[in-house]
Order: sequence, then structure tokens, then C-alpha cells
Amino acid sequence: MSRLTPAVSDSDHRSGPDDAPVTLVEYGDYECPHCGRAHPIVQEVRKRLGRRLRFVFRNFPLAEAHPHAVHAAEAAEAAAIQGRFWEMHDLLFEHQAALEDSDLIGYAKRLALDPGRMKDELAAGTHANRVRQDFRSGVRSGVNGTPTFFIDGVRYDGSWDLDALVEVLERAAEV
Amino acid sequence: MTTSRPSAGMAAPDFTLPSTPDQKVKLSEFRGRPVILAFYPADWSPVCGDQMALYNELRGEFARFNAWLLGISVDGVWSHAAFAMDRKLHFPLLADFEPKGEVARRYGVYRAEDGFSERALFVIDADGVVRWSYVSPVGVNPGADGILDALEKLGTGKERR
Repeated sequence: MSRLTPAVSDSDHRSGPDDAPVTLVEYGDYECPHCGRAHPIVQEVRKRLGRRLRFVFRNFPLAEAHPHAVHAAEAAEAAAIQGRFWEMHDLLFEHQAALEDSDLIGYAKRLALDPGRMKDELAAGTHANRVRQDFRSGVRSGVNGTPTFFIDGVRYDGSWDLDALVEVLERAAEV
Repeated sequence: MTTSRPSAGMAAPDFTLPSTPDQKVKLSEFRGRPVILAFYPADWSPVCGDQMALYNELRGEFARFNAWLLGISVDGVWSHAAFAMDRKLHFPLLADFEPKGEVARRYGVYRAEDGFSERALFVIDADGVVRWSYVSPVGVNPGADGILDALEKLGTGKERR
């Protein structure tokens, strides 16, 4: 059984209460079409579970398959430093076909972040190490493609359509 | 003939298989470095996060252990060539094509009723000895955590950070 390693911590991007009865972790890639399809489903799941769910996103960019995925992940990390991770996360998934550096800088502008800083940090690879750390943790946790979900630390191999996810999370939240 | 799966501590059965229309790969030529042998059912799996694509992304991780990755399926060299080009795979795919599935049989991971191999992983040490193996349930991509654990345990002292 593949387990999340390392466990969720303060350094993760977390949404929802830390003492929520169930935690859903997604390893995802902003350029992956399957992750794009999962995004609105996860948003709806978060809405339905509300305060009973803590959601965590970790980067797993498949750089060979998706040439823009690494910089997109770095852009989300750059936004996180400026306190706007989830806003950037949503923008990236909503614009999967527009992930050139110029687009990423444009999203920074749209979120009222410093676009010059975004440009510099992408060029310098300021957040590359953070993305790489996420990727490595995914590999060690048994991530086998994107998206891969973990529910309370255990890899979830079932269907991630809306009804299936809500049901399995509801059940986990009741235990 | 199908033999049972070589267990940890046994010598890995040697073989020679084509990797391209004009190149062959012999397992024992890799002595001195660990080898990851990844049997998979078929080229052209329909998902982007498939097993070979994942391992392709992990070449850097495997390289830290100085390990060679070899994919192997019953597909022919031309299918492998097209598949590797389409998915931008940068490691050899071996064609266990003629006689079909012969090497998979020797490793005890051939599914005769289906005509292809299991999703099976073998980590072979620098001396050609099987140190770890795993057969994944049908339809489940095994990921790479088991491979990395096994490589770490080889303790060759050659790991590069």
C-alpha cells in the first residue's frame, strides 16, 4: 500500500482546517489534461465537504510530456510566496492552453502580484527546488501518474468522478 | 515454457533482445551497474500518466543510483520506435517479440491467456543478481516507490546526491 511521504505539514499548500476529519492530497500537473478535468470536480468536492475537508496540492509536473508544466508549477509557488497560491492555482487550471512564461507573468499581473518579480523568479528558477521536492515526495509516495490522490495518507486508486470522490470522502470523514 | 519468477538472491536470467531494428541489448552487458527491468503489457496505453511516461520522467532519480532502465513488452521494434518517439521516451524499449514473450516467460511474468506480460518490475544489482521484484495487480500502475526503495537498499555506496 502506497503511503504519503512525507506527511502533510506546514510547508504544504493547505485549504480547509488542519483538524478537519479527512485530508485529500492531490499530486497534479497544471498542463495535464486529466488534472484539468479533475480541477472542477475537486472544487465541487471541496464545496460539498466544506469544513470537514482539508485539501492539499503538491506539484508533480511531467516535464517531458508537458513542456510548460514546470514553469507553471513554479509560478504557483511564486504566487504562494506572495500569499496567492490558490488564486494562481485556479487560474492555471482554467487556462491550461496558455502557460507560456508571458501568460504566467500576465496572471501575476491579474492577481495584483509583482509581474517583474514573477518574471525574474521564473528566469532564475527560484522555486525550482520546491517543485522538485514535491515531485520527489510524489515518487516516494507511489504517485503513478497525474492526478494521483491520497486520502488520509493512503493512495486512492478508485474513480475520481464527483460522486465517487464525495462518497469515499464522506465515509472517511465519519470514521 | 513458463518458469517461476526468479526471487531475490537468484541470478537474473540473461537474454538478448532487439531495442531498435538494428540494435540488440544483452542484459549481462550491464554488469557493474544496477538494472531496472520493467515489463509492461503493451505500447500505446491511452493515458498520459502511464507507467513508461512516468519512468521517463524519473530518469534523473534512477541516475542518482547509476541504474539503467529497460522497458520490455511483446511489441515489435517498429511499434516501440513509434511509441518512444511519440512519448519522447529516452530509454530502451526491448521487443520480446520473437519468440513471443520468451523473456517474460523466463521471468515468470507472461500472461499466456492474454498474450502479453504482467506489469512486473525487477531490480537487478551490479552483479546480475535479482534483488527485488514486484508484480502489480492488473490495471494498476505500480509507480516507482518500490524501485527507489530497492535501489536504496542495494547499498552500493555509489549513490550520487
